[in-house]
Amino acid sequence: MSVNSNALERRLKKRASLTDTNLLLIITIIVFIVMYLCAVVFLKKGFTKPQMFFNILNENASLLVLSCGMTLVMITGGIDISVGQVTCLVCMACAVHLQKVNDGVINGSVFTSLLIAIAIGLAFGIVQGFLVAYMEFQPFIVTLAGLFFAKGMTTIVCSDRVPVTYEPFVKLARTEVTIPFLGSVNKKGIYIPAYVEIGVIVAIVVVILLFCLLKWTKLGRNFYAVGGNNQSANMLGINVKLTKFLAHVLCGLCAGIGGYLFFLHACSGSPLHAQGAEMNAIASSIIGGTLLSGGVGNIVGTLFGVLSLSTIKNIVTSLGLEDAWWTNITVGVMLCIFLLVQSVILARKNKNKK
Amino acid sequence: MTSNVPTFKPRLTGKEVAEKIFRNQLFFPIAALFLLVIFNLITDPGFFKVTLEPNSAGNLVLSGNLITMIDYASELVILAIGMTLVTSASGGQDISVGATIAIAGSTVLRIVKTQSPNISNGKFAGMIIASFLLCVLVSALFGAFNGALVAFFKIQPMVATLILFTAGRSIAAWINNNDNISINDKRFSYFGNFIPGIAVPTPVFITILCLIVIAIVLKVTNLRLYSQAVGINASSSRLNGINPKMIKLLTFVILGVCVAVCGFIKVSRTSSITYSVIANNIEMDAILAVALGGNNLGGGKFNLTSSVIGAYVIQFLTTTLYKFKEIDSSSISAYKAAVVILLIIISSPFVRKFFEDRKNRREAAKAEALAGKESA
Repeated sequence: MSVNSNALERRLKKRASLTDTNLLLIITIIVFIVMYLCAVVFLKKGFTKPQMFFNILNENASLLVLSCGMTLVMITGGIDISVGQVTCLVCMACAVHLQKVNDGVINGSVFTSLLIAIAIGLAFGIVQGFLVAYMEFQPFIVTLAGLFFAKGMTTIVCSDRVPVTYEPFVKLARTEVTIPFLGSVNKKGIYIPAYVEIGVIVAIVVVILLFCLLKWTKLGRNFYAVGGNNQSANMLGINVKLTKFLAHVLCGLCAGIGGYLFFLHACSGSPLHAQGAEMNAIASSIIGGTLLSGGVGNIVGTLFGVLSLSTIKNIVTSLGLEDAWWTNITVGVMLCIFLLVQSVILARKNKNKK
Repeated sequence: MTSNVPTFKPRLTGKEVAEKIFRNQLFFPIAALFLLVIFNLITDPGFFKVTLEPNSAGNLVLSGNLITMIDYASELVILAIGMTLVTSASGGQDISVGATIAIAGSTVLRIVKTQSPNISNGKFAGMIIASFLLCVLVSALFGAFNGALVAFFKIQPMVATLILFTAGRSIAAWINNNDNISINDKRFSYFGNFIPGIAVPTPVFITILCLIVIAIVLKVTNLRLYSQAVGINASSSRLNGINPKMIKLLTFVILGVCVAVCGFIKVSRTSSITYSVIANNIEMDAILAVALGGNNLGGGKFNLTSSVIGAYVIQFLTTTLYKFKEIDSSSISAYKAAVVILLIIISSPFVRKFFEDRKNRREAAKAEALAGKESA
């Protein structure tokens, strides 16, 4: 009898560990792989070339960094909806700065523009983090005001599109890092190696750093503890306010870096840049298995979330559904499905606990 | 919505009366409104001048900043009603209202565009009623979709409505095949502008009607009590015989109806629709109206009057900012953000608690000093 119950217990335990966050991550990865394979098999158009995959990375390097920052904040149970407009502000500020450098009005270099980007991101992170963590305002409202503020500041800096012609920057932006052993042969029979932009490498470094931070450092584990249960984290001696503050600061930093990557890719500043990027970042995090209630999430999941989101956009456009609305509707439907799966899994998890 | 000002209790000292007024939820939105009024009067004494002038159609209508403000606040006020209920019951906000307004407006235009502009008044009225009912139905359905995700699947409201936020405007474009529709029938624009012979803009009447309806609903039914109970503690209200899921769903459906009214006014204002621009950022304004009204965004108790006043404050702020010629219309949001942050900081429970603590400490110190004196 006791053996039987032990076996049952073990089986239940096994199931519980599977229905945990790992399952959400596995689902995301499987969905991405299946989607990409289907695209390769049925669509063919370009999807068979490795460059297609790297183009997805090239286009979404900034979104990847933004989503990672968002994941950090969401793990602590907050949200930051200002990242998209901060990206836009960073692009504009850097573009105006580099143009002035180009015209010889002020001294500066590519490095100073990077500093500006990081400073803007950090400033937003620190102010919002302070208001959220120490003043105990709702993160949504605080970052909403941050969104408004960044949006307005962008047009105050400059209300037109500013293309960048500063030579060293353009050179940096055009730098292509070729991937060894991967490439395709074009119609003329010339071998073209696959390449990624500098931004992708930065984004991947950020992903690895944040993954290590969440997995193996004290601060990273504190994020989970605070998001999982505020009060018990407090009782364990974790400085909840500081942890929340740091999460927002890191998210701001990510917004600064992500903004600079967007700038590298776009090579211009415009008030219309990165429209809706915050919602894409939130959607990617959710698809990657981060729960908005906090305490659950994974950077690897976010990586696959970004990839899934951008792959489905590419698939929709290459299906010939050129009209812009189809992309949004498919993203909406996909988000809906993932949310439902999450909710069902959580409900089952709670039942198992009982 | 009774006022807590105790004018009938003569025993209270002036200080206590001031404190009671200060504690009242209505105090902050009204104070903010008052500040804006004073600011405008100082910078421009003629700001509130209301004149009776013929408009472009040749009707005598009221015009002036005040009328513009009240007119354009209509959508926000109607939305704030629904948003307050949703906030109260589900402890979250609906961020898809702007997109759903686009859907509702698109639905109305889909029906109205099929009619020639020369039909008789009776037929026209029938068509308007039909299109309005259909648009109410459609947005109530979308509201129910959001509500079902929140109530039955226990997804956070902000995330659940993120779906429609992403897809809504695209669905609106899809309803009309992304056509640029403009309605030539003048009668259609009556609902968003002026009815000939009446000097007050029609949206004001629609707003008043909505406010009366919601006041009656709250008076007659238990909606207020139930939604507050669900918002404060869903499981204990379930034990008390309330169905929290149905209440949450119901509040989202009510918000859907509010959205339909807004969508109708919005498309009637311009007799056309731009899918990506219509009601842009209105969800942010609506949420801010609720927050500015001093309602807890985490659910529970709510005060509809202060939300409505909050909505007027937001619109007043926008109108005031637009008045400054040197402020670019697109950079207005930066100033708005600064003001809003300031207002929220002032009205936040944290700051209130801080001042109360300081006051208590001072009183304690005073009492201690007094006791020290007595013992000496």
